[in-house]
Amino acid sequence: MPDLSGYRFAPTHEWVHRDGDTATIGISDHAQAQLGDVIFLDLPSVGARLTAGKRFGAVESVKAASDLYAPVSGTVSEFNETLTDTPERVNTSPYEEGWLLRLRDVTEGDLELVDEATYLARAEE
Amino acid sequence: MAARTPLHARHLSAHAVMVDFAGYEMPLRYSSIRDEHVAVRTRAGLFDLSHMGEVRLRGEGAEATLQRLVANDVSTLPSDHALYTVICNDGGGIVDDWIVYRVEDGFLLVVNAARRQADLDWMRAHLLAATEIVDESDETALLAIQGPEAVGIVQTLAGSDLSGLRPFASALGRVAGVECRISRTGYTGEDGVELYCGADPAAGLWDALLEAGAGRGLLPAGLGARDTLRLEAGLRLYGQDMDERVDPFSCGLGWTVRLGKGDFIGALPLRQLDQDNPPRRFVGLALGPRQIPRHGMTVRSEGEAVGEVTSGGFSFSLGHGIATAYVAPHLAKAPLTVDLHGETVPARRVPLPFYRRARLAEPPPRHSD
Repeated sequence: MPDLSGYRFAPTHEWVHRDGDTATIGISDHAQAQLGDVIFLDLPSVGARLTAGKRFGAVESVKAASDLYAPVSGTVSEFNETLTDTPERVNTSPYEEGWLLRLRDVTEGDLELVDEATYLARAEE
Repeated sequence: MAARTPLHARHLSAHAVMVDFAGYEMPLRYSSIRDEHVAVRTRAGLFDLSHMGEVRLRGEGAEATLQRLVANDVSTLPSDHALYTVICNDGGGIVDDWIVYRVEDGFLLVVNAARRQADLDWMRAHLLAATEIVDESDETALLAIQGPEAVGIVQTLAGSDLSGLRPFASALGRVAGVECRISRTGYTGEDGVELYCGADPAAGLWDALLEAGAGRGLLPAGLGARDTLRLEAGLRLYGQDMDERVDPFSCGLGWTVRLGKGDFIGALPLRQLDQDNPPRRFVGLALGPRQIPRHGMTVRSEGEAVGEVTSGGFSFSLGHGIATAYVAPHLAKAPLTVDLHGETVPARRVPLPFYRRARLAEPPPRHSD
């Protein structure tokens, strides 16, 4: 299990890990377990602008399509190209190899982002 | 509260994701639907299908009653063999689809769990003299082991030689010491075996099969993989692909209807249909690798809504989205689109089944079969 001390979670099941004014985002282990096998991801291109709390893409699993919401605001500097051929990395390694986007010029929105324990406690409610 | 199968504790200890299905708490998946699907296509998968209903028809009038109820012809069904059939209402609509076995004292009917009570009511309302209905569903477990390795795995535990058991044949025998009806049938498009046994010894049989198959890649498989497998194999799902509003010819199941066998429920309206030109057509649609159609999505022709996706999903074997839908006959060859999350996506018409397994060379069936 990776060290999640620097990861913060949105109620919509995305995580963000900030490093100065850049950030990496993905979806939680709990979310990938609920979704089941990820078939593909619909992600924005480099240069796209994300707004905290707003939809930025979708993840399609065997069972259903689910929208993705930005935990913070920022500009896409990179997307995880390996997910095009191996989307199952979101299932097998949601916090490391299965990251979705890297952002620059990151700012926080009004969302309350919480640590994993708090997120899980709320998700199970 | 949802009913439980005799294998419920096994599913929980395997950490299966459980779902409510037809009033039963059933495993959706144990690991990943993709892994379970691929296991069945390349090695083997083990399914708990104990939610299915098992009903016996007994007595002097059993065959006459059954001939009246089903659209297929059971009169020529050899002992211990299975037959797929639809059951129609007075208007020719499909009440359910069954597997029928001719057994020692009559017939064994395997019915959809969600239709069990409706079927029993329908049967009781159309019972001829000297016929007895026995609902054995709650005392019967059904385990399906499917995939190219399935027969070999069962053989290692069987008390008899299974090599002579042809598709749609069955035999009474022992597997891992458990008395079973061993049937060369399934709902996945692969070779395989279905085992009907008592509820009490079912968990022991489940354990023995998993142990015997461990070295051959056998995985427990849930209803999620069962659905993706049966859709690829072009097998209809009652309640989704067919119901009482659909006739068997429109559903592409005309091959199961024997209008020449004599009177049966629904025969009159079915005889009046043009079999080669039924009111609707059940078509297969292929979409792109990143386009997954789902049940209920709108199907269009030249922008006009002409139908809905009855079953849809991602085909793991083909690597793209697949769907089935009903359209009017004049649209059977027209270009179609599917509304996918607000986008209009072209759908290529493909013949059913979407997937057909590569068959090994087998001697041709003898005419006495």
